[in-house]
Amino acid sequence: MRRSMLFMPGNNAGMLLNADALGADSIILDLEDAVSPAEKDSARILVRNALKYLNYSNCEIIIRINSIDTDYWKSDLEEIIPLMPHMIMPPKISCAKDVQIVADYIKEVEEKHNIKKSTHIIPLIETALGVENAFEIAKSSDRVKAIFLGAEDLTADLRCKRTKKGDEIFYSRGRLVTAARAANIDAYDTPFTDVEDEEGLEQDALFAKSLGFTGKAAISPRHVMIINEVFSPTIEEIEYAKEVMDIIRVAKEQGKGAISLRGKMIDAPIVARAMQTLKMAEQLGGAINE
Amino acid sequence: MEIKNKATAGTLESNDVYVLVEPNDNGIELELESIVFNQFGEDIERTVKEVLDDFNVTNIKIQLKDRGAVECAIRARVETALKRAEGVNN
Amino acid sequence: MSKVVNSLKEAIKLSGLKDGMRVSFHHHLRNGDHVINMVMDEIANLGYKDITVNASSLFDIHAPVINHIKNNVVTGLEVNYMGGVVGREISKGILNKPVDFRSHGGRPSDIESGKTPIDVAFIAAPASDNMGNCTGKYGKSACGSLGYAFVDAMYAKKVVVITDNLVEYPLYDFSISETYVDYVVSVDKIGDPAGIVSGTTKITKDPVGLMMASYATKVIQYSGLLKEGFSFQTGAGGASLAVAKYLKELMLKENIKGSFGMGGITAYLVDMLEAGCFETLMDVQCFDLKAVESIRENKRHREVTASHYASPTAKSSIVDNLDVVILGATQIDTNFNVNVHTDSNGYIMGGSGGHSDTAAGAKLTMVVAPLTRARLSIVVDKVLCVSTPGNTIDVLVTQRGIAVNPQRDDLMARLKEAKLPVIDINELKHIAEKITGIPKDLKLGDEVVGNVIYRDGTIIDTIKKIGAGTHLYDRKSRS
Repeated sequence: MRRSMLFMPGNNAGMLLNADALGADSIILDLEDAVSPAEKDSARILVRNALKYLNYSNCEIIIRINSIDTDYWKSDLEEIIPLMPHMIMPPKISCAKDVQIVADYIKEVEEKHNIKKSTHIIPLIETALGVENAFEIAKSSDRVKAIFLGAEDLTADLRCKRTKKGDEIFYSRGRLVTAARAANIDAYDTPFTDVEDEEGLEQDALFAKSLGFTGKAAISPRHVMIINEVFSPTIEEIEYAKEVMDIIRVAKEQGKGAISLRGKMIDAPIVARAMQTLKMAEQLGGAINE
Repeated sequence: MEIKNKATAGTLESNDVYVLVEPNDNGIELELESIVFNQFGEDIERTVKEVLDDFNVTNIKIQLKDRGAVECAIRARVETALKRAEGVNN
Repeated sequence: MSKVVNSLKEAIKLSGLKDGMRVSFHHHLRNGDHVINMVMDEIANLGYKDITVNASSLFDIHAPVINHIKNNVVTGLEVNYMGGVVGREISKGILNKPVDFRSHGGRPSDIESGKTPIDVAFIAAPASDNMGNCTGKYGKSACGSLGYAFVDAMYAKKVVVITDNLVEYPLYDFSISETYVDYVVSVDKIGDPAGIVSGTTKITKDPVGLMMASYATKVIQYSGLLKEGFSFQTGAGGASLAVAKYLKELMLKENIKGSFGMGGITAYLVDMLEAGCFETLMDVQCFDLKAVESIRENKRHREVTASHYASPTAKSSIVDNLDVVILGATQIDTNFNVNVHTDSNGYIMGGSGGHSDTAAGAKLTMVVAPLTRARLSIVVDKVLCVSTPGNTIDVLVTQRGIAVNPQRDDLMARLKEAKLPVIDINELKHIAEKITGIPKDLKLGDEVVGNVIYRDGTIIDTIKKIGAGTHLYDRKSRS
């Protein structure tokens, strides 16, 4: 499931102990903005040890490395890749070439350490150029499984104010979702930065869902619960998904090639979505929201 | 590894350990202060010595102020302090 | 006519106090209390020795008692809770006989039955008239409910009311009536308001605490108990308050009208009352200003005595009708026995309070606690002290899973069906140990420094003196 992604500061020993118990589907161990330059080495070693010794078994592990225009990113990868995290999140990705630089170095480290598992990449798009190049970024490598919008730095690049309502990032959000779906990967929405405003977060998450985002990032564990609820399938969605699967089964039995439900043609993407919905519903069991 | 400089790593926050290392010419001198000394004091000392051994450190003065860090965090902080003390760049 | 005497000294003399007698205090002024120290200092000055102090609780502010013990002024202690400062000294063995720890329900029961007869009760009262009609609801040192003080007033041989707010006769909104009172003493300050009640109790911001609270709320939701007439009690700290907040949201959403909230009352329970989640609040103690204001203004917010709350020998008590209670723990073992008397090194820093009472009475008793605290697992093989027996504990909720007492397979089935993370308690212990490592076993001393007296009158466990090789907190070693 990829409803929520929670940022965790990489140099905080206490938080790393509980990172996987905060309900987030994915956790982002942050070596970048959450860590001061003086502590980059410290965070890298601590995160490496956390991956090695703590058993993060029930969530996806994402490492946000430092950007490729710093001195740190290569050391980050050298230290972390051998521990086989699920995904690497390189920040400030503006074009396919940026992704390739990261992917190439990951490959180098994997080969050096004889690692069979291929770590995936989730580029953080937070520049105007990155938004424009969203599709080429999404398609830049087999390793890219999702793209993630970072609105704070983006609005600085756009030279506008970041607001709760988010009109200023409307285009960027739409562009990212479209690019992701066109490349058949997932899209994550930017975190809501007012930790205390839970209603505002819910509105923001609902809006992101309505645009087609797979899930949303969070900077506060309190937001995780709300985001999970918003991005979990509703009873209506589950009912609809069941209808879709039923009608597909009926169509197969009757040897029909094409079938429609409620006036709409049911084709492969709809079936795929229905299956996803039902899979999520099964995993969530009693916790379906209304 | 030779300890050339004084260096620190870690913090005094809950679940962390503050480590201070200094050059020494008198073997390994370890000073440990811990909120779980009764339960893990021996364990912690053993862990620190293992890390020193891994890095071939035979002369060092090392001081730990532990606030309940788990073993992998202790290892990480000691390793960081050692690397900083060796004078290797970030 | 007036019962007001000129000084505390005079009141003590008039009370007929003698060496070897028993005095009593309530703890409604909590860590802002000045009265216990004032009275005991005066008793010491007057040269008394061998006094037994029966205080419903002792807090860190009562550190001067340590000296009174060392000087043999105090030779016996009977409490329901003891803070870490005094506790540490008791654990080192400064008192020649064990402290008797009771519960909030057990204390009044034993006073009423004559097991611990009180010779002189000293009742700190935020407001009193000159005849001793007094209450906690008014005054600069207002503390709200005086729940724990009733048994002292009604059963002690002599009763001294100490107030910093003497009002005109009659104090019509009295809690304790003049019919029980012998003397009234007026002083400048009975306590420090900031230490008496919290300005505002706040729910935890700690993500782990919120996770625990979220699971706890789900357990209540799927327990089958959350329906019309629901009753609830929760603690005043950390995650406990978050449960109250989430529960309120849930009850309002599902339109569930509960019957009563019990406590230890905080602003969160008052919110629930005012939002219509409960018909009434039964209050034995107020924790914050909002609770004090509410008990004063809202007739649906009732003051109850400790006996009414939890006495095992009353014809009935509130805990017997309680649906759900949320409790804490320092340790819990794989048989669900809970320790709330000592820390992980064996030092006394707590006590049952209402823990064993509510656990015995409630239909669903939940311990909500983080799986580990600073490298120590909360789940152990054997607790250092059994405060509350495992057969009264139903569920342990941690951020890494929910353990259900095997004797509750009905509950286990419900929670599993709701896809909650139910996990065997031994497995939880195993998970904790994988994170922390396996701690060295603690060696305690042989001498008994505390008796844990359960609500049925039996001693269910003893607290031993701290082990000889134990180090309080920090220690240095050189090698």
